[in-house]
Amino acid sequence: MNLFVNGKNTDITDPLTVSELLVREDVKMPQMVSVELNGQILKRSAFETTRLKDADEVEFLYYMGGGKCL
Amino acid sequence: MSLNAQQIERYSRHIILEQVGGAGQEKLLSSSVLIIGAGGLGAPAGLYLAAAGVGTIGIVDGDNVDLSNLQRQVIHHTDDVGVEKIKSAEAKMLAINPDVKVKTYRQWVKAGNIRGIVKDYDFVIDGTDNFAAKFLVNDACYFEKIPFSHAGILRFDGQLLTVLPGETTCYRCIFDGPPPANAVPSCSQAGVLGVLAGVVGSLQATEAIKYLLGLGGLLTGTLLTYNALSMDFRKVQLNRNPDCPLCGKNPKITELKDEEQIVCDLNNCEC
Repeated sequence: MNLFVNGKNTDITDPLTVSELLVREDVKMPQMVSVELNGQILKRSAFETTRLKDADEVEFLYYMGGGKCL
Repeated sequence: MSLNAQQIERYSRHIILEQVGGAGQEKLLSSSVLIIGAGGLGAPAGLYLAAAGVGTIGIVDGDNVDLSNLQRQVIHHTDDVGVEKIKSAEAKMLAINPDVKVKTYRQWVKAGNIRGIVKDYDFVIDGTDNFAAKFLVNDACYFEKIPFSHAGILRFDGQLLTVLPGETTCYRCIFDGPPPANAVPSCSQAGVLGVLAGVVGSLQATEAIKYLLGLGGLLTGTLLTYNALSMDFRKVQLNRNPDCPLCGKNPKITELKDEEQIVCDLNNCEC
């Protein structure tokens, strides 16, 4: 199936969940990411259980602080 | 208010823009913008808003200028090291444009003081450097119904979102609260390309000016992300979140409170 991950067309062979996609996309700190699926913010508690389907649009939105430490 | 001869010359490149004109310039001169944080984002925003003739500019910061600020906080000069940031910023804004009235607030924004500060302004620029303050700005602007520009920067990445409180997607619609402390990058992993702050802070000033003039489209319901390495600008459409703890259907946050500030995990951090 084809997903759009942060706007990029991504070909996936096996079915997978949002959590698995975070691993596959090498997101080092998933706690620093909000996920939008097809225009709606997904609850963090649903990352494990939400299965992605063909043509889903997924955005990883990163927490970004300031120019200081964080 | 009518423009005098000097003002007509000073603002001539605005005035000849059909979408601004003399009326738009007069509107800017009678408008007010609050900049929270006289740092990397607040520096270019303050300079451009002053140059543009935004009549009243408020600046909030409790810090003094440090040598390590100068790599990106272009409103402060080498001679200003040790000086209150608000004083340093005020001096540069007035030097660029004596038309502007600058109001300074030497304090950190907290739940107890922020509403009283933001309520007098037409627009707020979030130039803060920590998550506790970013959520506080979002919440205070929501309760006071003041439009604002959120921005964050890290390393080579920046993001922006403009919020019309109660009408468009807010910061908590996307991020319901500060990230866990152990997930936040430490000093050694962080850092920021100086000019990135200039780009993103200038974009915030652009949003403020467009809002004040009622011009064009704002970054509402849209997170703009920018990566300086790839030079990719992306607009991500973000709908309001019905589960938002602040502006959702069943809000959990009904009054301001201070989020716990996540502090750097390195001892003697100089950043």
